[in-house]
Amino acid sequence: MRQIPMVDRVALAIRDLAVQFESEQGIVRALDGVSFDLHAGRTLGVVGESGCGKSVTARSILRLVDRPGRITAGRMLLDPATPDEIDLAALDPESRKMRDVRGGRIGLIFQEPMTALSVHYTVGNQIIEAVRQHSDISAAEARNRAIELLREVGIPRPETRIESYPFELSGGLRQRVGIAMALAGDPEIVIADEPTTALDVTTQAQILSLLQRLQQEKNIALMLITHDMGVIAEMADDVAVMYLGRVVEFAPVHEIFATPRHPYTRALLRAVPSILATPRQRLSTIGGAVPHPGSRPSGCPFHPRCPEQLGALCSEQVPKPVPAGRSGASCFKAEREHEAVA
Amino acid sequence: MSAAALAPPISVAEDRYAQATQLQLTWWRFRRHKLAVISLFVIALFYGVAIFADFLAASDPHATDARRSFIPPQGIHLFDANGFNPHVYGLRGARNPRTFQLAYTPDPTRKLPVRMFTRGYAYDLFGFIETDIHLFGVEGGRPGESIFLLGTDQLGRDLYSRMMVATRVSLFIGLAGVTLSLFLGVLLGGISGLYGGWVDMFIQRVIELLRSVPTIPLWMGLAAALPRTWSVLQVYFAITVIISLIGWTDLARVVRGRFLALREEDFVIAAELSGASQGRIIFRHMLPSFASHVIAATSLALPAMIISETSLSFLGLGLRPPAVSWGILLQDAQNIQVLSGAPWLLSAAVPVTLVILAFNFFGDGLRDAADPYG
Amino acid sequence: MNLLEVQDLKKHYPIRAGLLQREVGRVRAVDGVSFHIAKGETLALVGESGCGKTTVSRCILRALTVTSGAIRFAAKEGEFVDLATLPKRQVRPLRRHIQMIFQDPYASLNPRMLVGDIIAEPLKVNGVPAAERRDRVTELLELVQMPPGARSRFPHAFSGGQRQRVGIARALALNPKLVVADEPVSALDVSVQAQIINLLLDLQDRLGLSMLFVAHDLSVVRHVSDRVAVMYVGRIVEVAPTDALYRAPLHPYTEALLAAVPAPDPARRGHRRIAQGDVADPANPPPGCAFHPRCPYAIDRCRVDRPELTPVSDGRWVSCHRAEELDLAGVR
Repeated sequence: MRQIPMVDRVALAIRDLAVQFESEQGIVRALDGVSFDLHAGRTLGVVGESGCGKSVTARSILRLVDRPGRITAGRMLLDPATPDEIDLAALDPESRKMRDVRGGRIGLIFQEPMTALSVHYTVGNQIIEAVRQHSDISAAEARNRAIELLREVGIPRPETRIESYPFELSGGLRQRVGIAMALAGDPEIVIADEPTTALDVTTQAQILSLLQRLQQEKNIALMLITHDMGVIAEMADDVAVMYLGRVVEFAPVHEIFATPRHPYTRALLRAVPSILATPRQRLSTIGGAVPHPGSRPSGCPFHPRCPEQLGALCSEQVPKPVPAGRSGASCFKAEREHEAVA
Repeated sequence: MSAAALAPPISVAEDRYAQATQLQLTWWRFRRHKLAVISLFVIALFYGVAIFADFLAASDPHATDARRSFIPPQGIHLFDANGFNPHVYGLRGARNPRTFQLAYTPDPTRKLPVRMFTRGYAYDLFGFIETDIHLFGVEGGRPGESIFLLGTDQLGRDLYSRMMVATRVSLFIGLAGVTLSLFLGVLLGGISGLYGGWVDMFIQRVIELLRSVPTIPLWMGLAAALPRTWSVLQVYFAITVIISLIGWTDLARVVRGRFLALREEDFVIAAELSGASQGRIIFRHMLPSFASHVIAATSLALPAMIISETSLSFLGLGLRPPAVSWGILLQDAQNIQVLSGAPWLLSAAVPVTLVILAFNFFGDGLRDAADPYG
Repeated sequence: MNLLEVQDLKKHYPIRAGLLQREVGRVRAVDGVSFHIAKGETLALVGESGCGKTTVSRCILRALTVTSGAIRFAAKEGEFVDLATLPKRQVRPLRRHIQMIFQDPYASLNPRMLVGDIIAEPLKVNGVPAAERRDRVTELLELVQMPPGARSRFPHAFSGGQRQRVGIARALALNPKLVVADEPVSALDVSVQAQIINLLLDLQDRLGLSMLFVAHDLSVVRHVSDRVAVMYVGRIVEVAPTDALYRAPLHPYTEALLAAVPAPDPARRGHRRIAQGDVADPANPPPGCAFHPRCPYAIDRCRVDRPELTPVSDGRWVSCHRAEELDLAGVR
């Protein structure tokens, strides 16, 4: 395993995070020991299929996991290894401190921007309120800041748009307002949960390039959650591939696409339909479907679907998780190959 | 790639779950609502009482006796000197010389043994088996002597026995009312949702009109219009109709909403595209899909029916004596003077509260179980 | 030979306002669409939300009534009927020839019916005897690669991908001449999506299926379709064989669509030309070419003169005034 060059400050360090949901069927381990770092000025792409835990990770960081779910283990360190270190996992979700972090130091962009917006207030009112919640400025200043934010996210004529209601805007403009809301607290970290899934392709391209520009201008640590390998290829610096509540592979984006280590990553890449395909080209598939997180297989969670599994080793023992700050795969086969090379 | 490799390993959930019908799934989900399950038992118990009302009654609920008015509830003594021998004491009535009120004192010398399956007044079990066996009663009492678990009313009728019979009347009026509402609701709601257009418009306006009329004056007007000469049975029937006249509107709205939602469902469109007839689409696809909602809505509508009957009768507009219902029992408790002397008359409020709570919890549980996502 | 010929199809929705519900305008959801599907061919209808692609498919299925135009369908060899004008009663016997695959595998199966009964329903309502139905269901389950035991289970026992297979089996039960697939893989996970795409490709090969494939995902479309029709605000802007369209688009909107799709290859990052602005409102489309406000190549003529869909070369049609002179970028 290779050290990722640590040129940038670690903004948030997630360590061994575990989240459980207690349901009627029993305990569902939604997250099972997740570790990774978010770096200022870098984009971490989190990719996986439904039920892999990518959204739960986002909600956990913001302490938005509701009952019956709860964080059972792990730490989430803001400004790790500095005097200002805060463990978000240890905070009361309703505490003043956590509320300052949520929407202040960490902004959230939703898949459906209407989740974050109320239909009853104008766009301006909502952004102004968000701005004032995280800074002590006058109403007039907040209004100017809101107009500034709308201009930053590329909304034409922000001085008049500030008076419109969310339903008067198109899907693309709404998502831009959603991004402006996320930026209202001047965050260092932004979590975008499938921000373009509900949008059309041309709009998606606009929003992605907007996110890219904002991230570079503001040196934001961006955590981009998506199921779309194309979006990952376009946006991410580093990639965490998740499967059934675990990070199965972590690597810089070029390595993920050029030399994927985990069989799941390999299979996923081959299964993605490509705009570069030849006509009638078949895809290679992963057998079966993602199991319900409540009926997690023993051993490596991917072994029943894995074309490269090593028999009893994979079905009985759980491979070591990828240590934070390094690239690698949580896979016995990958470990062996790595040892062979070394 | 070979065909075998293409075929994914089909991981099917365990058979029991895979082959469970929606009814079974609903039942499994329902079982997890403890309060709802308890309520189901309570409701079953109440309807058991309703069916076996006369059997459970200890003395004739209509038999009046001026000498035993306002007897307070009696306790059963389980043991005497000879060991287990459940009995009640005979009563000595004496007028208080100053208030002229009849006061009863137990007479320990007169023991009336309480026995199971005693003979009492004659009745028809289930309406056709002639019998005079009752669950319990006293043996060897003089005429007019009996066991008064909940005391007696002004006319000396046993409140406990009256409550049993009243349960039957009140619960079945509720059931009949709700059945009628269900019929009207499903029919009119279905037409409304299915055909839309001006039919829908008309039915919806009628519903709004009916709902905008204040219920109590409406009932009063209708009840006052009932001829005094009608028999108890006729009044009973008329009251049911009056109650369901309002009750169907809620159900019609539920049914209409479901129809409108289902018409846009993909599986209904799929059936239409495969050439299925309108009848098949309605009866095979749409009706089963909201049957459980209708049942839940019905069980939530039932308490309203029971309350309606109770309040109508309480106001003297519903059933009339000699019919016995919870409302009529409570009517006796209207007079504050009577009530201060005989507070046990209020005990008829207990089953009303119990059964209404039970229906509400049951309906809520059923609704959640039938539709865990909405 | 053509199986379906759609000509100048229009579906307008009146906008009504006021007490008397007077018509004050029209949403031109579909505004003069023409295309054809040959036997054994898959035509993809692509475009962004609101472009009218779903409305077109619903018109062909006669789930909607048509405002004007013709939908000629070859129910029998060489004998066309116009579905657009046929009375509802006469549409029903024709339904068996055109079946649909739905987007949402959860909503499209009746949760109260066994999988076997769901697949058998089209057979049943069309009068196929019980014994024959049983055999056919077995055959269909095998065709969509489901175990025979699936018939006696309820849909809730299956994953999204498996349910979609059941939906496909139902659509194929009557051996339809045409299958309309409305975004059949967009609700599925990546790994399952690949399974269903492969299944559709298999079925095309084995059964010679003719398909109208409605989709917004250009990557999926490239895998499954023979030809592509691109729609923008109620009209078709370009029709071409799949490979030709992706390699060398003739309409600026097609170019913009292709450029917008993020390719799963980080080496291709950046340097994309992204179309600005939003999709035009079909209730109030811009004059001239509907795409002109977003088109980097627009000239004065585009603002006033609406281009018609015209043939360019072998099987390629485009509606753009500058199609001949522009050299647009595709994907390779």
